[in-house]
Amino acid sequence: MNTCPENIVLMMHDYLDEEISQEKEKELKVHLQSCEACKTHFHELKKTVALVQSTSHIQAPGNFTQNVMAKLPKEKKKAGVERWFHRHPLLAAVAVFFVLMGGSLFTNWNGGEELSFTQSEQVVVEGNTVVVPEGETVQGDLTVRNGDLRIEGTVEGDVTIVNGQQYMAGAGGVTGEIEEIDQAFEWLWYSIKSAAKELGSFGSDE
Amino acid sequence: MESIVKKRIQQVRKGDQDAFGEIVELFKDRVYHVCFRMLGNRHEAEDIAQEAFIRAYTNIHTFDIDRKFSTWLFRIATNLCIDRIRKKKPDYYLDAEVSGTDGLTMYSQVQTDDPLPEEEVESMELQESIQKEISRLPDKYRSVIVLKYIEELSLKEISEILDMPIGTVKTRIHRGREALRKQLRSI
Repeated sequence: MNTCPENIVLMMHDYLDEEISQEKEKELKVHLQSCEACKTHFHELKKTVALVQSTSHIQAPGNFTQNVMAKLPKEKKKAGVERWFHRHPLLAAVAVFFVLMGGSLFTNWNGGEELSFTQSEQVVVEGNTVVVPEGETVQGDLTVRNGDLRIEGTVEGDVTIVNGQQYMAGAGGVTGEIEEIDQAFEWLWYSIKSAAKELGSFGSDE
Repeated sequence: MESIVKKRIQQVRKGDQDAFGEIVELFKDRVYHVCFRMLGNRHEAEDIAQEAFIRAYTNIHTFDIDRKFSTWLFRIATNLCIDRIRKKKPDYYLDAEVSGTDGLTMYSQVQTDDPLPEEEVESMELQESIQKEISRLPDKYRSVIVLKYIEELSLKEISEILDMPIGTVKTRIHRGREALRKQLRSI
């Protein structure tokens, strides 16, 4: 079977690779018509190619991508955050707002560890307690932080106590509202409310 | 498509893993198919194709962005296949048998539960014997034949994938074709 001339077999392969010149192709054709062995050889080669090409295209299993992704080394956290910000610009803005806002609030919150209160001549301090003595009247609002407030006199305005308690003596009186804030969360809420009020007043000023 | 791939690769380089998922989606079938024809076994093909993508991911920084990504990816995949073929050489024929049965389960999965028509069975058997003959080729011929006739790549691309001169690729294709011709003569 394998008696075909070497150069003719080479031509067959060049033909199959589509790299044959026109003259050579003619030469091949002429030879094939006269040589039965080469004709068979050439036919078998073409059949081989056709058979290999006839194999069906198969697809990767359905969960292929997930399996690959599960095996990849963990990505840097930074990229995940960046992508999240990229996808949710509005949420990202809100998140940033809360982070900054929360930050500033907590500085406020932690900043006032010591007792502080609205300066007023009528007020007396006893240890950790701010006292409005009997018969005295505080004009305006009174705010006490990190301490208690005992009112024996009168406050003509609102009273706010942060991180403390207020005791009202029988004779004491407050003309405005009394508010006690003793938790971080409430402080946050209170700050937001005041900020909103301030914003509102800014708006009306303009 | 090349521009999408390039964009995704740049995202992957910045550390975005999801972008790599899209690359896997784009190339998984071609890579898996080449691996299957090289190894003749569905399970091993999946194993090696996955490994190829993982290697591509971990080495993405070494990829030259101005070149064709598929060439680079096929290079990784064919190298892994050749390594695997060389490792399992001792039980080579035993394995070819297994690949036949594997092929059967795969093709039957594609079909419904209805009994297969006569020609379907015949074509399945033909497919299996072709695959079996491809698997019998020495690996240096097998890789060029698979890339040329399964992936239909140009000689130039094959020479880049296998990192050898075009002349060598041609010679191997010729010899591979001759070997297959003898093997498939009876079909």
